[in-house]
Amino acid sequence: MAAVDPAAAQAGLTPGLALADARARTPALRVVAHRPDLDDALLGRVLEDFGRFTPMIAQDPPHGLMLDVTGCAHLFGGETGLMRTVQARAERAGLKIRCALAGTPQVARALARFGPGGRFEPGQDRAAARRLPVAALELSDKEDEALRCLGLKRLGDLDDRPRAPLAARFGADFPTRLARVLGDEDMRITPHRPAAPVIVDRVFFEPISAPEDVERVLSDLLVETMDRLDQTGLGGRVFKAAFYRVDGETRRVVVRTGRPTRDAPATLRLFRERMAVLAAPLDPGFGFDQMRMSVPWTQVLAPTQQGLERETPGEEAFSRLIDRLTARLGPEAVLRFEPFASHIPERAARLVPAAARHGDETWPDLDPDDPPLRPLQMFDPPQPVETLAEVPDGYPLKFRWRRVLHEVTRAEGPERISGEWWRAPGQRTRDYYRVEDRDGRRFWLFRQGLYGETPEPRWFIHGLFA
Amino acid sequence: MQNIHSQPEALAALKTRLEALDRAGGRRAGAGVRAGSDDAFAPLATGVLHDLYAAAPADAVAVNAFGLGLALRAAGGRPIVWGLHEMMAQEAGRPHGPGLHEMGLSPRDLLLVRTRDVQTLLAVGEEALRSPAVGAVLLSAWGEAKAFSLTASRRLTLAAETGGAPLFLARAGALPCPSAAETRWSVASCASEPLEGGAPGRPSFSATLLRRRGGGATGTWIMEWDREQRTFRPPAPLSGGLVPLAAQRPTAASGTAGRRAA
Repeated sequence: MAAVDPAAAQAGLTPGLALADARARTPALRVVAHRPDLDDALLGRVLEDFGRFTPMIAQDPPHGLMLDVTGCAHLFGGETGLMRTVQARAERAGLKIRCALAGTPQVARALARFGPGGRFEPGQDRAAARRLPVAALELSDKEDEALRCLGLKRLGDLDDRPRAPLAARFGADFPTRLARVLGDEDMRITPHRPAAPVIVDRVFFEPISAPEDVERVLSDLLVETMDRLDQTGLGGRVFKAAFYRVDGETRRVVVRTGRPTRDAPATLRLFRERMAVLAAPLDPGFGFDQMRMSVPWTQVLAPTQQGLERETPGEEAFSRLIDRLTARLGPEAVLRFEPFASHIPERAARLVPAAARHGDETWPDLDPDDPPLRPLQMFDPPQPVETLAEVPDGYPLKFRWRRVLHEVTRAEGPERISGEWWRAPGQRTRDYYRVEDRDGRRFWLFRQGLYGETPEPRWFIHGLFA
Repeated sequence: MQNIHSQPEALAALKTRLEALDRAGGRRAGAGVRAGSDDAFAPLATGVLHDLYAAAPADAVAVNAFGLGLALRAAGGRPIVWGLHEMMAQEAGRPHGPGLHEMGLSPRDLLLVRTRDVQTLLAVGEEALRSPAVGAVLLSAWGEAKAFSLTASRRLTLAAETGGAPLFLARAGALPCPSAAETRWSVASCASEPLEGGAPGRPSFSATLLRRRGGGATGTWIMEWDREQRTFRPPAPLSGGLVPLAAQRPTAASGTAGRRAA
């Protein structure tokens, strides 16, 4: 048996008991298979939901959560109110929990797991921790046993003794452990999600569900967020809205901007577009009871004069267009070309999301006498063609592509391009030809491999010229 | 009811509005390949919609290049938005950065927006046209689609009027259909003027003006894309040949008229 509920515990069952023994003692036993993965998933969902109380939240295994509520409690009616809210929320989710609120995370953990739980005023928590059993140190069974044999049952007993002999007996980290559990040493928690520099919250007395209400709150949150950013001279690059549903589900919507911004209406428009194209639409269910706007990524943004330049054409307006399109279509659909140092044609340029700032890349200079030597549109991968050549080494006289026969009237080549042997050995050399057919269409063909090699060289079409 | 003449401010405001309407109307009337002028090589009107059709499905790349050329000329250094229907990329290949660069277009000034369906493509076009920063918009689509309705083209025209940039709608694998476009072209690839050694030359197009708004001459022109000047011109043997480029120009101009008459 992995765990028992309170009723079973009253009947005298304990975790670790064999199932047959338990059945013998309590025939009316209801057994549920132990699924640690589902436990973890549930805990994960609770963690997302409890994010409403504080952004500084972390898992505290086994089966525990640690909330750093510094500066958050007043939102929920003080520390007592906060604890009551947490209790009520957990009970509604069908969980039995024990809370403890103390000065440091380690003390709170020890008091919740090995003590009575509850709220401890500053100064009280050390006294309470001293009353805890030595098991609260979470040592190995052998060391627990050894402590008990020595007659040291409470943490207070250990606290009264000099530390050096204890360290000699139980290891060098023993005093540290003791200091942490007693609250002498404060170890901050590592939050599940790093806290954003700017966070603005709205907790609702009544859950809201109408889309226009949600949008109004979103707009309020954004205005307040921008005010805060303005005070610190920052602009946001990523805005994250979190919607906490009454039933514990949490949805997050993220928008990114190409440059730091403090423009609330423009950001609201981005949210509107993002939310219009969500794969799973934002479902309020029985309503949202809290919304939060956070700005995980900020950059310095110099204050601007408002109102003087109403229309701002140029780079800024263009970057706003990119933001709007990216919000609607996703970063993989709104792209810019970037040159890449490779002589392999298909690697010579990359498409990068336009929202990411681009450097001042340079493209190679062109000879004004040359026609375009690279195709406007390229097939990736190249498409195979059947060819008929006059001489094995020359360009094809005719080639068949997509079941159409093309007669070559003009050709230029070969332009020989070798494989990048330092990346992938065994790439075959390609001979490229620019050809024009009788209808006046221009193609970029290549022969992969050289004549006399095995396997036989093959012909491909790689691109189309205008 | 009060007489309007007793409210000079209201009257002035009305007059201003009427004048503004007049200006917009005037620009529309004078738009397009200028009515009465036979100069097909002049830049097309901005703030309106131009339909470009590939004469055959295999001319998809030609119609895209023609559209890019027109967009590049209209943009005047401002960014160009190229909305690309995914189907077009599958049929005619994906745009190639170095190839764009060799057309004379700075890939830095090009925003490529890929869309899965035509509906989204048109929405992207509208959004881009409304932005004051955009110099020109090119939308490339493959195949027939219900979304290309008269209503859609009117919406695009309105958006183009707002932003002032032209929209070039390049379509391949589709038959010309009615729209609110200022001009409608059918574009095909055309044999180029060969270079030394019989090598294929510069991008060449055979462009047929099918219709222009408000009537006017139509016809077919052979055009060659001049990368250095960023313009279309009648085909001419390239420099490096026997005749210097400067001496070539008057001949080229008279050549246009001859070819048009033919």
